[in-house]
Amino acid sequence: MPEVVLSAQNLVKHYPIRRGVLRRTVGHVKAVDGVSFDLHKGETLGIVGESGCGKSTLGRLLMRLEEPTSGSVVFEGQDWSGASPKDTRRLRRDIQIVFQDPYTSLNPRMTVGDIVGEPFEIHADVVPKGGRRKRVQELLDLVGLNPEHINRYPHQFSGGQRQRIGIARGIALNPKVLVCDEPVSALDVSVQAQVVNLMEKLQDELGLAYVFIAHDLSVVRHISDRVGVMYLGRMAELGEEDEVYARPTHPYTQALLSAVPVPDPTLRGKRDQIVLVGDVPSPANPPSGCRFHTRCWKAQDVCSQQEPQLELRDDGHGAHLSACHFAEPRVIVETTDVSGLQPDTRFTTTEVGDVPDSGAGLGAAGGGEELGSSQADSTAERAEAMDPPARRPDDLSALTEDPQDRPR
Amino acid sequence: MTVQDTTRTDTGAIRYEPQDGVLLEVEDLYVEFHTADGVATAINGVSFELRQGESLAILGESGSGKSVTAQAIMGILDMPPAVIPQGHIRYCGHDLLTMDEEQRRKTRGPEVSMIFQDALSSLNPVFPVGWQIAEMFRIHRGMNKSDALDQAIRLMERVQIPAARERVKAYPHQFSGGMRQRIMIAMAIALDPAVLIADEPTTALDVTVQAQIMSLLEELQEERQMGLILITHDLGVVADVADRIAVMYAGRLVEKAEVHELYRSPAHPYTRGLLESIPRLDQKGQTLAAIGGLPPNLMRIPPGCPFNPRCRMAQDVCRRDLPALREVAPGRLSACHFAEEVIDA
Amino acid sequence: MTEATITESSSVADPHDAGDVGEERSLASDAWRSMRKNPMFWISATMIAVFVLMAVWPSLFTKTDPTFAVLAESRAKPGDGTWFGRDIQGYDIYARCIYGARASILVGLFTTTGTVLLGGTIGVISGYLGGWVDALLSRIGDVFFAIPLLLGAIIFLVSLPDFFNDNYLLIVLKVVFALVILGWPSLARLMRSSVIQVKPNDYVQAARALGASPWRVIRSHILPNALAPMIVVATINLGAYIAVEATLSFLGIGLQPPAISWGIDISSAIVGLRTTPHMLFFPSLFLSLAVLAFIMLGDVVRDALDPKNR
Repeated sequence: MPEVVLSAQNLVKHYPIRRGVLRRTVGHVKAVDGVSFDLHKGETLGIVGESGCGKSTLGRLLMRLEEPTSGSVVFEGQDWSGASPKDTRRLRRDIQIVFQDPYTSLNPRMTVGDIVGEPFEIHADVVPKGGRRKRVQELLDLVGLNPEHINRYPHQFSGGQRQRIGIARGIALNPKVLVCDEPVSALDVSVQAQVVNLMEKLQDELGLAYVFIAHDLSVVRHISDRVGVMYLGRMAELGEEDEVYARPTHPYTQALLSAVPVPDPTLRGKRDQIVLVGDVPSPANPPSGCRFHTRCWKAQDVCSQQEPQLELRDDGHGAHLSACHFAEPRVIVETTDVSGLQPDTRFTTTEVGDVPDSGAGLGAAGGGEELGSSQADSTAERAEAMDPPARRPDDLSALTEDPQDRPR
Repeated sequence: MTVQDTTRTDTGAIRYEPQDGVLLEVEDLYVEFHTADGVATAINGVSFELRQGESLAILGESGSGKSVTAQAIMGILDMPPAVIPQGHIRYCGHDLLTMDEEQRRKTRGPEVSMIFQDALSSLNPVFPVGWQIAEMFRIHRGMNKSDALDQAIRLMERVQIPAARERVKAYPHQFSGGMRQRIMIAMAIALDPAVLIADEPTTALDVTVQAQIMSLLEELQEERQMGLILITHDLGVVADVADRIAVMYAGRLVEKAEVHELYRSPAHPYTRGLLESIPRLDQKGQTLAAIGGLPPNLMRIPPGCPFNPRCRMAQDVCRRDLPALREVAPGRLSACHFAEEVIDA
Repeated sequence: MTEATITESSSVADPHDAGDVGEERSLASDAWRSMRKNPMFWISATMIAVFVLMAVWPSLFTKTDPTFAVLAESRAKPGDGTWFGRDIQGYDIYARCIYGARASILVGLFTTTGTVLLGGTIGVISGYLGGWVDALLSRIGDVFFAIPLLLGAIIFLVSLPDFFNDNYLLIVLKVVFALVILGWPSLARLMRSSVIQVKPNDYVQAARALGASPWRVIRSHILPNALAPMIVVATINLGAYIAVEATLSFLGIGLQPPAISWGIDISSAIVGLRTTPHMLFFPSLFLSLAVLAFIMLGDVVRDALDPKNR
């Protein structure tokens, strides 16, 4: 197994809950509560879990955007937690992040060149001043964007293209680790595939290691070498992709997998769906013992008293890490190995470039014509208002630009 | 007006009867958005029908017009900027677009109701949820306060909200996302609608909750023999629930088929591409393939087939002639010049 | 044609995708594109331009000395040799209206600049740092905010030593100083809240993740995106400060003769309210127009910068 580049050691992040006039601390939201894992060189570690499980906080802890309450992040043997500001700055070159929302992750008032070039401004010694523009264009080319578009603004690009810009910024400093926080969940299905393929290509070419945080289990399975399943701030199960998906031993993983709809109507009614009762408990007051025991069909007395450790447990084939007293493999999805099959190129492409029609999606904002007239924006506002927001922010965005880039 | 197929119930509300099992019929519908930069055609001649007890999925990506279709049916489009230059939306034979305001109010809501993606913003934060459900009965059924509240509790129990009686006075923010969506569903089915439109009902929810909500919707539809229009981008959800699927692209219906047939052998290159581009949970070592490019700008839809710039099969005819939605096999419609080849591929 | 490379595989060239240099996205250009289509912008901008010109070169508009009194023609009606008539001292009202613009524009501009700098800086600091710094600065702001503007200004101006009444600029600065001291908290609050809105955006986080210094984060990411609301309010406030200056001068505690100000003229015209209303009318008209122009401009700027209000 290749060497470990990044390792999380018992990471804990508690947010204090303050109440009253004196802002007294009355409790803690235990967002991440003791998570450990190793990330090896060039591999992809998928982190899955439902909202509120702490996976995004974990990403921010790895990036040192938040200080951990306890525990440490170790990069190539160097503990990042106690690092001096100077060392921290240097470490930032090696660990970078790609965000979920392509609409808020790019400064609307900067050109693409400025956005992708900002890393070189901050770390001025990486590329000499004269070579920066050229380097930025190389990066744009690398992520499949037209290098000529260096002077455009983010609103002139579609969601998928913006995500490519975010990736270009992330890899600008040649990091060894890229933390990806839901990088494709805001994108449409067909665009999502382009970006996933791009990320795989970049990994091969640059030897990047990914921490791929997502809620979509299918995407995570597709891209990951290893997968960790989080529940209420803790790791429930961690293992090779095959171990977690084909032989899950933790009841939560099993329930999660069984809930994912498979795009195949012939399986309708044939899949064995485990319906969980109740909601995820509040991370401010997690259940004692095993955190999943309140919703688990296997729970016994011991589960509420004794916290199961994340340790190697038998999965029928071998053993992988699981935090359940009664870990037992159960086949939830029948996996077919399709690695030999190639998609029909009459309909789709495995190329990662954005080449065929960079212009087509630019919408009203594309190039030469004026935009920004009041009515266009107000329409966008209304279109936005009519359209359910959340994860599909760009319905009708082809029609007008995204209003979020506007100052409020 | 003609009322041969409607009867009045004792409360004075009009009761519609479906004609030959058809509840809702959308015919040649156009919706345009008039902006300062030009006219964006969000829906471009869409026709479909919904039968009693049927669940029809409208599948499409952002900007395909699937949500606008739902909003047009519900009459909640903002006009202006939206304009409906032509088309009919008939409910039991009555055109909702030409109906007078009073009658339309009595139809949309009690007869055709809708649930939205974002339950939190669809519920009024300053009123208890029970009160909000009960209000439906008070306004439309003229019930008194305590009867209405009883009904509301019964309904909350029906959508499996635990401890409904205790939580009837709780406010929307005190519920989790899944529970709020259940409350939305309760409100939507309160008046026994014949048609329920669900616009991305589970997109904002976690997978485990998604599964619960979808099975609740299925159950309710079965039980009440409602017509269900499920608007979604998720091919997985569709495969689990829908009977028939209508695929939209750039404001047009490009394919319509029974669910098994559509997944087995799609008749439009776009559908085919979509199916190839989703990562599947039950496959390992899959090579993901993408449809290159992006959907067109709705203000400048390319001539010919709107999909032609992204279509790898496109020929000259595709860039010239708009393919009509035609029957390519029994019960299967496709708007592609080469549909037969796509099916066989 | 730079797009040639990207359209090679699609035979339909994209007609609307002409150049690769997009429109600019600086705050000013953003606003400008929207404003220049708005007739209200041109009306208010023209009015403001005229007032500014009056302030800078009053002699362009009149050759008459505003301090030259013709007592014999005191209270003369408009038309009798002068455009707007003469006031109680025999001064030419037209000339005094022209010369009065300088005081109003100066007070308005200085006060706005002062409040923007002071309030904006404090707002950015408390919004960006948060925690106890924010709590402390916000409470200090609240203290000043609680003092009624007029009352506070009266107390402040009355208690200043006479030294400030020595020359024109000092008198103006005295008023400006009072208004800035009392006016900054509203802008600080505004700035604080928009910084707090911008700060959690992913692009700010991305810059932090790259190791950008706080100064860099504020300068290139937070400020450009948080400035808009303050620009709007500051423009509207400019009009309001002109009105406050006139009010203070009217009350006799703002500018004082020999300074020339619309407020002073209005005050001295009160005696002839029934008999010679023109003495009151013209300075009031100028004052109202100036205030209106800035408030109108503020509205236009708001519309241009904030799509929510359209």
